[in-house]
Amino acid sequence: MTTTKRAFLHGIRDGMPFILVVFPFAMLFGVVATETGLSTIQTFIFSIAVIAGAAQFAAIQLMADNAPVLIVVATALAVNLRMAMYSASIAPYLRGVPFWKRAAMSYILVDQNYALGLTKFETEPKMSGSERVAYFTGSMTVNMPLWYSGTLVGALVGSRIPPEYALDFAVPITFLALVGPMLKTAAHVMAALTSIVMALLLGFVPYDLGLILAAVAAMIVGAQVELMVKGRAT
Amino acid sequence: MNYSTPEIWTIIALVALGTYLIRFSFIGMVGDRELPEWVLRHLRYTPVAVLPGLVAPLVLWPDATGGNYDAPRMVAAAVTICLAMLFKNMLLAIFGGASTLFLMMSLLG
Repeated sequence: MTTTKRAFLHGIRDGMPFILVVFPFAMLFGVVATETGLSTIQTFIFSIAVIAGAAQFAAIQLMADNAPVLIVVATALAVNLRMAMYSASIAPYLRGVPFWKRAAMSYILVDQNYALGLTKFETEPKMSGSERVAYFTGSMTVNMPLWYSGTLVGALVGSRIPPEYALDFAVPITFLALVGPMLKTAAHVMAALTSIVMALLLGFVPYDLGLILAAVAAMIVGAQVELMVKGRAT
Repeated sequence: MNYSTPEIWTIIALVALGTYLIRFSFIGMVGDRELPEWVLRHLRYTPVAVLPGLVAPLVLWPDATGGNYDAPRMVAAAVTICLAMLFKNMLLAIFGGASTLFLMMSLLG
C-alpha cells in the first residue's frame, strides 16, 4: 500500500467519530429549513453548497424573521469568518500542492477536519503534500455524503412533523449546544456575554443589524480579554 | 418566511460563494502571506461573538409564545448550555435540552 493511500485511510478512520454528530445534525437542519419554508431541493442544495452547519442555521433563523437578504448573508458569513483563521493555519502545510487540489481542499474545510488536520500535520511533520491532501480528503469522505443525505432525509421528514413538537426551539437548542463546548477560556465567556447583552440592547436597530454590531463588539472584547490574561501571565 | 424564490436562491448562492472564498482565502493564495496576529486574535472569537447574540432573544421572548417569557423554553435552554459546557458533547446537550422542553411542556401544558 502506498503511503498516500495509507494517509487517506487514516483520514477516514480519524473522521469516523464525527459520523455520530454529522447525520443527526444534518437531519435537524433539513427539518428546520423546510419548516421555515424552504423547499426540499433548496434545503438540499444549501447543504451541498455551504457545508457549514452553524452558518446555515443562522441564515435559516434570520430568514424565519424575514430579515433583509443582505443581512441574512452577512450574518451567516460572519459565523464563518473563523474559517479564514483555519485557512491561514492550514495553508503553510499545503505548500507545493497543485492549485486545483488546494481549491478542492478549500471546499471541504470544516471545523472537524481543521482540528484533525492541524493536529496530524503538526505531529507528523514529514508527511508529503499529497499525503496531507489524502488525509484531509479521507477525513471528509464519509462525513460529506452523510451531511448531504442527512439534510435530504430531514427535509423529506420535516414537512410531516406537526407544530406541537415545538420545533421553533430546535435552533436555539442547537446553538446553545454548539456554543457550550466553545467556552474554553475567560475570553470566550466574556465575548459570549458581550454578544448576548449587546444583541438584547441593540434589538431596536432596524434590519437585524444590531446582531452584527453586537458581534463586532464581542470580538473586540474577546481579543482584549485574551491580551489582558496573557499580559498577566507573563 | 416571506421571500420570493429568486431571493432564496440569492441567499444560498451568496452564502455559498462567500463561505468558499473565506475558506479559500489563504489556502488558495500562493506565497506565504500570514494573517497579522491581531486579526487572528479577533477571528478566534467569531462563533462565540455571533451565536449567543442570535440565540438570546429567541430564548427570552420566543415567537411561538407571542414573544412572552416561557418557562419550559427558559429551563430547556439552561439545561442545554449546562450539559454542553459540562460534557462538551453537542448531541447529548441537544437531546437533554429537547427532552427537558417536552417534559416541561407536558407537565405545565
